[in-house]
Amino acid sequence: MIQVIDLHKAFNGQVVLDGINLEIATGKITVVIGKSGVGKSVLLKHLIGLVKPDKGQVLVDGQDITQLKGRKLQDLKRRFSVLFQGGALFDSLSVFENIAFPLREKTRLPETEIVSRVHERLEQMNLSLEAGKKFPDELSGGMKKRVALARAMIQEPEIILFDEPVTGLDPPMTNTVFHLIRKTHGASNYTALVVAHDIPEVFSIADYVAMLHQGRIIAFGTPAEIQQHTDPMVQSFIRGEPDFLEA
Amino acid sequence: MIALIRYLGRWVLNWVQEAGSMMLFLLQGLALAFVPPFRPRRFLQEMNLIGVKSTLIIILTGAFTGMVLGLQGYYTLRKYGSEGALGAAVALSLIREMGPVLTAIMVSARAGSAVTAEVGIMRITEQLDALDTMAVNPMQYVVMPKLLAGLVAVPLLTAIFDVVGILGGYLVGVVLLGVSSGSYFSGMEQSVVPLDINGGIVKSLVFGLTIILVASYKGYYTEHGAEGVSRATNQTVVLSAVLVLAWDYILTSFFM
Repeated sequence: MIQVIDLHKAFNGQVVLDGINLEIATGKITVVIGKSGVGKSVLLKHLIGLVKPDKGQVLVDGQDITQLKGRKLQDLKRRFSVLFQGGALFDSLSVFENIAFPLREKTRLPETEIVSRVHERLEQMNLSLEAGKKFPDELSGGMKKRVALARAMIQEPEIILFDEPVTGLDPPMTNTVFHLIRKTHGASNYTALVVAHDIPEVFSIADYVAMLHQGRIIAFGTPAEIQQHTDPMVQSFIRGEPDFLEA
Repeated sequence: MIALIRYLGRWVLNWVQEAGSMMLFLLQGLALAFVPPFRPRRFLQEMNLIGVKSTLIIILTGAFTGMVLGLQGYYTLRKYGSEGALGAAVALSLIREMGPVLTAIMVSARAGSAVTAEVGIMRITEQLDALDTMAVNPMQYVVMPKLLAGLVAVPLLTAIFDVVGILGGYLVGVVLLGVSSGSYFSGMEQSVVPLDINGGIVKSLVFGLTIILVASYKGYYTEHGAEGVSRATNQTVVLSAVLVLAWDYILTSFFM
């Protein structure tokens, strides 16, 4: 289980996270929703130690990642994978090499096994073997996301963090990516944190939903509970009311 | 007046802070060369980017520099009846001064800007963060091989520049203007001493490290998207050129 306890973060005096408390259940998909610029990605980056908090803790099975350094931090990071908003695929490597990268860097698997695993992931993401020869700048937005998902999955991590996995995609591709997240989660049962603002699609993959607003979690529950939540901010966001977006 | 002093004070403090931060960046980058995993392939890739791909521009620059030195040197020395010293004049100018400095400035313009753009784009597209989350140290994977390649490639490019420049001087002085081939090379042989060559090598080592340090540092700490990459690339070329010339003066004063 991942526990976020009283997490605070400000950039240049501007408060972004103002006492976040959140529990991310093992083996479940927790979705953090909230309007753009509210600090969802900042929260996600705290979970893997990319950003250090001003105050607070992030406990991963009892270990505070904000206090870890060196080998211990590296060992903990090996349990994670991240699917970044833009995919963060390495420009200089082909699709195949991008997906194989974590295996080449962190395992001593023979080449035949690496090839087999990469092909398996390409197939799982509905990508042809031919696509493996392409470079990231030759891919569409949807393909990039699927390649990034394949790379995130290749080492079968315990925890995967998804930073706005469908931003910029058309509705069919949005549903495809969410379907793939649900499918891979069903197969591997990893713990997932998904940062997104795609309502109502995210409810289809979420076990739990948390809403971030003004630096705090203002609502937490199952998708059904969130949809019935009495907080006007939550309802306004779910309905996509313009007055809320301007607030 | 107080505002001006305050502004200057802030500028100096920022400058000192940035210089310190750059030095720590360098030490961290070089220290990681001794920490496994070792990736010789990454080093070779960077040697190709920084060294091999700069060879043509270095040959062209070296050739024309040598030819100009041959031409200017010939007409200057002829006034004193010393055309025979042309080889020595060309070689000493190139080995001591022009070879290391011009090579460094050309590498900074070609490879330094490319390094900043590459690392800066990796930063803004979260590729460096992606490495970090895979428990791969981005300093070790991206920056360290570039620093080592700069340290090795720039002295080699300087040697190429010097040799091509000497041949360029030969072409103009001996082939076109009729200086004796024997006096061109014997003058060179008598005048150039190991200290000149060592000085040139030390300069090119320092310049190579400086250029790639500035380029990697500016790229690594790029902010604010494409505009930030553009600004960082610009800063790299300007700062590298200024630092190369400043180092040149300091090192020359040691070797004279």
